[in-house]
Amino acid sequence: MAHFEKANSVGEWFDQRLAINTLKRVLAFEYWIPKNINFLWAMGMVLAATFGMLVVSGIFLLMYYQPNVDLAFDSVNYTIMTEVGYGWLWRHIHGVGASVVFLIIYIHMFTGIYYGSYKKGRELIWLSGMGLFVAFSAEAFSGYMLPWGQMSYWAGMVITNLFSGGSLEAYGLVEWIRGDYVPAQAFLTRFFMLHVLLLPLVIIGLIVLHFGTLRIPHVNNQDGEDIDYEEAARLYKEGNVKDSKVIPFQPVFLAKDIFVMGVYFILFFYLVFYHFEFAMDPVNFDPADGLKTPAHIYPEWYFLWSYEILRPFSKDLGLIAFAIAQVIFFALPFLDKSPNVAPASKRGLFKFWFWAMLIDVLVLTFMGKLPPTDALFANIGLISALVFFALWIALPFITKIEKKL
Amino acid sequence: MNKINKELQILGVVAFFTLFLYWGVEPFAHSQMHKHVEGEGFAYSEFKASGKKGNVENGKVLVTGAGACTGCHGIKAINSPAPMDASMSGASYGVNPPDLSTAGALYNAKFLAELIKNPAHALKVEHKFDPAKGKMHPMAQFYGAGGDMDQEIADMVAFLKSIAPKEMTNKEAYVDACSRCHANRYGKLTQIGETTKFKYKKDELAHQIKVLDYQDSLKKYMGKLPPDLSIIIRARSEHFLETFIENPQSQLVGTSMPAVGLSHEGFEKVIAYLGETGDPSKPARGELGPWVIIFFVVFSGLAFLWKKEKWRGHH
Ligand code: HEC
Ligand code: HEC
Ligand code: HEM
Repeated sequence: MAHFEKANSVGEWFDQRLAINTLKRVLAFEYWIPKNINFLWAMGMVLAATFGMLVVSGIFLLMYYQPNVDLAFDSVNYTIMTEVGYGWLWRHIHGVGASVVFLIIYIHMFTGIYYGSYKKGRELIWLSGMGLFVAFSAEAFSGYMLPWGQMSYWAGMVITNLFSGGSLEAYGLVEWIRGDYVPAQAFLTRFFMLHVLLLPLVIIGLIVLHFGTLRIPHVNNQDGEDIDYEEAARLYKEGNVKDSKVIPFQPVFLAKDIFVMGVYFILFFYLVFYHFEFAMDPVNFDPADGLKTPAHIYPEWYFLWSYEILRPFSKDLGLIAFAIAQVIFFALPFLDKSPNVAPASKRGLFKFWFWAMLIDVLVLTFMGKLPPTDALFANIGLISALVFFALWIALPFITKIEKKL
Repeated sequence: MNKINKELQILGVVAFFTLFLYWGVEPFAHSQMHKHVEGEGFAYSEFKASGKKGNVENGKVLVTGAGACTGCHGIKAINSPAPMDASMSGASYGVNPPDLSTAGALYNAKFLAELIKNPAHALKVEHKFDPAKGKMHPMAQFYGAGGDMDQEIADMVAFLKSIAPKEMTNKEAYVDACSRCHANRYGKLTQIGETTKFKYKKDELAHQIKVLDYQDSLKKYMGKLPPDLSIIIRARSEHFLETFIENPQSQLVGTSMPAVGLSHEGFEKVIAYLGETGDPSKPARGELGPWVIIFFVVFSGLAFLWKKEKWRGHH
């Protein structure tokens, strides 16, 4: 066993046992962040804070929610909204948080794409980030089942049906996932388990991994400059903070993050109090009814772009396209063949690729909500889906010929 | 300064795309998904006013006599009880005729006159009730009491107006206008009245059977059980509710729900009640919201000062 001296303070006592001083140095006070960054680099901490809000509000909801097909709807819409003190506040925080977290995730992702933050040692940051995206998607979907409204039921029906694999007709798999022929009690209970236990654990694990992958490559910066961290850190520690290109994570980087978070929370709570409807679809305030298909079935806004990639094609082709769209962003670090780590504006054709991809995903999102019966919208959807794949096919070629900066 | 400009530029780009995204998935999508229906604010311009001035005294005589209204309807305001209880009415008419105490305020006067003359027409359910095919509306048509029929109708309407309360609660309006068809479980209302607490399980079950029996009659009459309206205020847009209640056919062609004929005031009360049961946190939101936002404004201000302090000398 290691040899322990008598500690002279609580801090020292902990340091002997946990090396907290080393941890603090490595993870906070001497975790160097480039100075040349903008508020988009605060989005990661904004995401962490939003996830925190979701966890806290979720715990309060969990104390009253009843995962039973006969009780679920009223436990949410009556017990929590009417009888529980501030239950409405927790619910609206949870609902708005679940929607806004995706907005910030998309901003965070497109920031990474714009500045090329997924290359040259940062591949794992990107991959763990995509892992988070997938885990959050599953978390959001499973949560959407819980109020057991019309959209819970029918979205659950439509999405689990996808697992029949089109012409493969793997209905056995669909039933296995549902635990029944149609979404019913077994379905609700297992999605409840996923939503409140398994997926949050996965997310927390992935966040730790994501943070871990950031430590060695350090975060990127506005110009993609390759910083000599040893030199910059030496300058900083010598007190030459003006000439050093870095700042410590704590407290300097955090000071700015916390300011950005404050502004974000003004907006967040404005939405929670005055504009929460966008995050809570009206259709889901009709109780689930397996005999009455709603006029329009569509997913929440953050899934619309991939839903629209599924829709315009024939059954099998659509499924394949959808499956590829779900995972293609994982491949970004490997399809981008250019060695340049720089903002898109300085990167030749990639500049156009970036904006085309952003706009294409937006157009797909818009079309994904509209009824497929309108020929014009269906055609725009089809073209945007084709453009989506064309862009991914073009990516290795246009980045290959990109001039080295 | 330059740095701040750049941050603001980036913020502008992010804000632009965020708002564009919002526009596309909310206002634009909804404008494409739902058919557009114009209401006319409960004016009932299709029904003509006879222009006759009603006589309250004569109206009372007609309503309780030749008009036969009290043969089917109760009028608590003049201590005239309903001839049958809800269950029996349900069994006889398919639905329990509402108490008429509030009718003069709840319904539009032109609508009421039309209703007395020709219920199926006023209620816009002629697709279901056609005397030529032997399908009579359960509310008997008034054929006149021997005098000028328009005058007699004006008298009855004047009487109903005279007994209508100056102030009715939102709940009263809802109960008289909608409750005979729609339950509201968050408001603890069934189609046949408030959900009461019973001491004995037997009584409770007996009551439940009564409710179920009534619902069976209603199902037969309407073709389906009208939905519970507890939280309809969040399930439909306000515009939908307004135009649908004014004229159900405008939104759901062929539906068996009648055009209830609410006055504008009656509509506002009904909607207010639906808000009380379906969105009860509205007042609390209004109260707490500003404080939370002020908190974060102050928080951001302090955070900004802290940031300035920490970044001093860094540029
Ligand atoms: C034969 C029985 C009967 C008679 C007589 C009768 N009613 Fe009705 N009344 C009904 C029934 C049944 C309903 C419910 C119809 C429905 O909801 O489809 C009704 C509904 C109404 C309503 C509510 C309509 C709405 O807009 O929802 C009013 C107001 C009304 N009656 C007034 C009168 C007046 C005034 C008279 C006398 C001139 C009268 N009724 C006579 C049976 C009757
Ligand atoms: C005579 C019975 C009757 C009365 C009175 C009545 N309704 Fe209805 N209501 C129905 C029926 C039946 C339906 C189902 C319509 C359908 O699905 O075709 C319905 C459906 C509805 C719906 C749902 C429409 C949809 O989008 O599915 C709303 C909202 C509604 N009613 C509101 C009201 C309100 C508010 C009142 C009182 C002002 C009222 N109703 C009075 C019978 C009635
Ligand atoms: C939802 C949970 C997530 C959390 C809590 C989170 C958190 C963070 C944090 C704190 C940072 C460092 C600060 C910053 O640059 O913002 C960061 C960086 C990064 N994240 Fe995430 N992130 C999440 C999801 C994602 C996703 C979905 C992706 C993309 C697939 C992603 C990709 C990246 C990349 C590439 C960086 C490095 C940025 C750079 O080097 O400049 N993250 N993340």
